[in-house]
Amino acid sequence: MNWSWKVVYDVLPQMLEGLVITVQATIIGALVAYALGLILAIMRMSNSRIISLSTYWISEFIRRTPLLVQLYFLFYVLPDLGIFLEPLEAGIIGLGLHFSTYTSEVFRAGIENVPTGQWEAAKSLNYRPYQTMRYVILPQAIPPMIPPLANYLITMFKETPLLSAITVVELFNAANIYSNSHYKYLEPMTLVGLFFLIVSVPSAYIAMWLERKYQRRYARNH
Amino acid sequence: MDQVLEYTPIIISGTITTIELTVASAIVALIIAFTVGLSRFSRFAAVRVAAVIYLEFFRGTSAIVQMFFMFYVLPLLGIHLSPLLAGIIACGFNLGSYGSEVVRGAIQAVPRTQHEAATALNYTSYQKFRYILLPQAIPVMIPTFGNLLIELLKLTAVASLITISDLTFMAQIIRVQTALTLEPFLVIMVIYFVIASCLVAITDFIAKKIAKGRNLTIRKGI
Repeated sequence: MNWSWKVVYDVLPQMLEGLVITVQATIIGALVAYALGLILAIMRMSNSRIISLSTYWISEFIRRTPLLVQLYFLFYVLPDLGIFLEPLEAGIIGLGLHFSTYTSEVFRAGIENVPTGQWEAAKSLNYRPYQTMRYVILPQAIPPMIPPLANYLITMFKETPLLSAITVVELFNAANIYSNSHYKYLEPMTLVGLFFLIVSVPSAYIAMWLERKYQRRYARNH
Repeated sequence: MDQVLEYTPIIISGTITTIELTVASAIVALIIAFTVGLSRFSRFAAVRVAAVIYLEFFRGTSAIVQMFFMFYVLPLLGIHLSPLLAGIIACGFNLGSYGSEVVRGAIQAVPRTQHEAATALNYTSYQKFRYILLPQAIPVMIPTFGNLLIELLKLTAVASLITISDLTFMAQIIRVQTALTLEPFLVIMVIYFVIASCLVAITDFIAKKIAKGRNLTIRKGI
């Protein structure tokens, strides 16, 4: 078994095209996860027990079932119900939906960790609900949320190869297609691994740096 | 639905495979988590560096890529693994890297004075970990290990892509043979949810049992 640079040159352009799809899926998927996560967090904190409990169990159901099965569900079941999605769209919705149940916990913890005294202070200053959120709660709640949200971005990036199962030609699938048609597995698979390492290891250190930065600020203020 | 009922035997066999895969890789992951996690405290720099490289490698590359690498590339290097073994090793090695961070974090969370007390009492490094640090660190690890166990269960679904006949694989067979989509995927999602909920109940039970009489408060996550 020998490493062949010819195979590397051959497969690299296709993999770079796949990388573009991977990055797209990650970023749009993350935006969906953040937006949906915020909505889930607000519903979870609702005063109505029905809304809060049903949000909890729906989130737990999504969180306790595999993303791969959810992707199959979106890809195979929705067309039978008359909803036609491009594979990439189904993949982005799947990623976003799955990880929104994780990000919602980040949002909830961030908002609940703001001391009650701050809510009371806003109230005693006669702030409207919008002003309370905009000027008092969110400025304190958002910074501690940034590191965990960045971590979920990295996690989502590493989950994108699952989209290959629903025929999205992202980084991993581009390599896999080449492997299967040329019977060359060593180089493409190694390259995919390398690509992931190159992106996710430095980003993990950036996330750690963010964590330290915001922890320090938090420690100084309290 | 009647059509799906005919497939009950293969769904049961898929459930058993999924549980086997989860349990076997959980054992592998646990052994690796402690080995790698404790290696981070070694007095030998080489051991510490090796542990970090392991961690970054298996956490940084995607689990599905690792699985395909073990399934397609290792045979080319003369290492032949059965699909099930490749699945167990890939899932176990991947989750083991996340687990090692839990072990390290929990040991570091033991107050400094406890480390110093062990030194003051002239404990050997083995005695320090065995009688002082681990008994305090393990209860802290349990809730996070519980979360990782759910992640592991979900990861086993990916093993269906390397031809292991687990639940997800069986659902695909039913889909192909009956052209039904909603029923098979809904059924296996419910089964995954039930298995995951059992795992949550078990870890909660262990966490309560282990915290009993130790005057510890169990936090969710680290």
